[in-house]
Amino acid sequence: MLTYLIQRFGQAVLTVAAMATLVFLGVYAIADPIDVLAAPDATPDERAQISRRLGLDQPLWMQFATFVWRALHGDLGRSFVYNEPAFTVILQRLPATLELAFTALFIAIALGLPLGLWAGLRAEKATDKAIMGGSILAFSLPNFWQGLMMVLIFSVTLGWLPAGGRGETVRVLGLDLGFLTLDGLRHLILPAVNLALFKLAVVIRLARAGTREAMLQDYVRFARAKGLRPARIVGVHVLKNILLPVVTVIGLEFGSMIAFAVVTETVFAWPGIGKLLIDSINRLDRPVIVAYLMLTVCLFVLINFVIDLIYAALDPRVRLAETDA
Amino acid sequence: MSAPDRTPPANAPVLAVENLQVAFRAGGREHLAVQGLDLSVSRGEVVGLVGESGSGKSVTGLALMGLIDAPGRVAGGRIVFEGRDLMGLSEAELRRLRGARMAMIFQDPMTTLNPVLRVETQIVEAITAHERVTAKAARARAREALVRVGIPAPDERLGAYPHQLSGGMRQRIAIAIALLHRPALLIADEPTTALDVTIQAQILAEAQDLCAEMGTALIWITHDLAVVSGLADRLLVMYAGRVVEAGPVAEVVEAPLHPYSAGLIGSAPSRNKRGARLAQIPGLAPPLGRRPPGCAFAPRCFNVRPDCSEPPPLVRRSGREALCRYPLSETVVA
Repeated sequence: MLTYLIQRFGQAVLTVAAMATLVFLGVYAIADPIDVLAAPDATPDERAQISRRLGLDQPLWMQFATFVWRALHGDLGRSFVYNEPAFTVILQRLPATLELAFTALFIAIALGLPLGLWAGLRAEKATDKAIMGGSILAFSLPNFWQGLMMVLIFSVTLGWLPAGGRGETVRVLGLDLGFLTLDGLRHLILPAVNLALFKLAVVIRLARAGTREAMLQDYVRFARAKGLRPARIVGVHVLKNILLPVVTVIGLEFGSMIAFAVVTETVFAWPGIGKLLIDSINRLDRPVIVAYLMLTVCLFVLINFVIDLIYAALDPRVRLAETDA
Repeated sequence: MSAPDRTPPANAPVLAVENLQVAFRAGGREHLAVQGLDLSVSRGEVVGLVGESGSGKSVTGLALMGLIDAPGRVAGGRIVFEGRDLMGLSEAELRRLRGARMAMIFQDPMTTLNPVLRVETQIVEAITAHERVTAKAARARAREALVRVGIPAPDERLGAYPHQLSGGMRQRIAIAIALLHRPALLIADEPTTALDVTIQAQILAEAQDLCAEMGTALIWITHDLAVVSGLADRLLVMYAGRVVEAGPVAEVVEAPLHPYSAGLIGSAPSRNKRGARLAQIPGLAPPLGRRPPGCAFAPRCFNVRPDCSEPPPLVRRSGREALCRYPLSETVVA
């Protein structure tokens, strides 16, 4: 287990380093941030001054060396735009996105597993066809369009829920959370459902396929021959087996839900990190972009690690051991 | 479960099956996988059900347990078990019988135990499905069940997952689970086929001993005549969904009436055929839905006559039955 952890950590550090280098060089290659940061009517003198202040007048290798040196000391640079540490800028926005992503994850699993199980048990019948038809709509229609339609129906036409923003939040353990207030919850529903729809469809399909397969297995037949109740056969014997693929896919999807909830955050004007990333790219705010993507890599590594742990807990055949990969 | 007033008289059969029909729907038509099967099993009796793949023997076993799923269904006949007609029972009533009064074990011990549940969980759930017991008592019973089937270090095995155990061990556990409630009937569907030959013999002997000890009747389904001939009291030979021959095992093996039984016996290796080339039955069993009219075995039979295209009569002879127009001993005499 310790070897496994050390190996995992080593891999993570290498990935973060490689990614940071690539993004740093990539953003440098796109354009000079000065063009965006300086006012259009700025004199060459003013431009040079800004350039000096941000360290952009240095040669590339010098800028990169400074970045690496500071990063090793835990400083990811200051945002060109907000003039605050890049990391702080991101952390301020993170709770909003995490709240959105966790709610979406909860919706995807809490609805997806039962619906998928149900469809799998009633394969080829009307219930199954209705659920599967719905899931095709959920993952084949463009996500932004689904979001717009939800706004149109539930906010504009029916007026039940707000169309955007985050609403009222409360501070819990230093995090601003919205789901604890009624207003925050009302603001959360639409974007969370919108973000969850695609994942929900995937979970339904995985659960259905898994259920259909599991129901034909000998262990289900043997469980029936033992005289077990259907609820126990489905709820324990089948469910535990179909959780494995669901956990894998959800794990991967969860990372992208946090890191790239851009579309949903844009449609619903949700003040999260997805929107921050888009804004930062538009403004060539290199420290924020680099810091954001480094954070994202760490997040993915962390999620994969948690998935491995869940996997080992669910499937006794999996033992966490050092791999060659 | 076994209240004395419900126990049938000792001489009544545990299981009496009359004219069982099992149909499967395929391509918009129903085909009979089992046609008109009659079977009677007395208390403690061991019956061998022999046939090739696709002869309907496994389907028969599942039908007796009420475990035939769509697209299949029991299309006709009667199954009377311990004096109750199973066709008239609700699913909940059937469930109370399954695992308690009638049990079944399957071919592949690798797959009959759930890979993600501990052995203990899988035994305990089978106990609590039929009895109200405390967790502690259930665990003690589970341990006891493992000891009964000769599993060493039972406490360790209880905490193990199936993949940590050998095939023979897994099948022993399946047998232990099946016999937890001392059922009146155990249906064993090729339980030793997937095991090593040495383990096969052990499992066979152990299962038989346990059933004898508990007075459990045993239906042993197999394609291997050699396995069942040393074990069973009575033999049923199935071909293309029908029982083609039934009788005491020694008599059937010694002097088969049906040419198919003779072919099966001829193709089984034995000591007195050492060095000789084993006989084969030419051709393949007909698939479901393409069975010839009349005797289904006629196209492969060495003794076929023109009128074998008519349905064969059931010939009865001193406790034996054969579904053949020209049973073998007659032709020998003729």
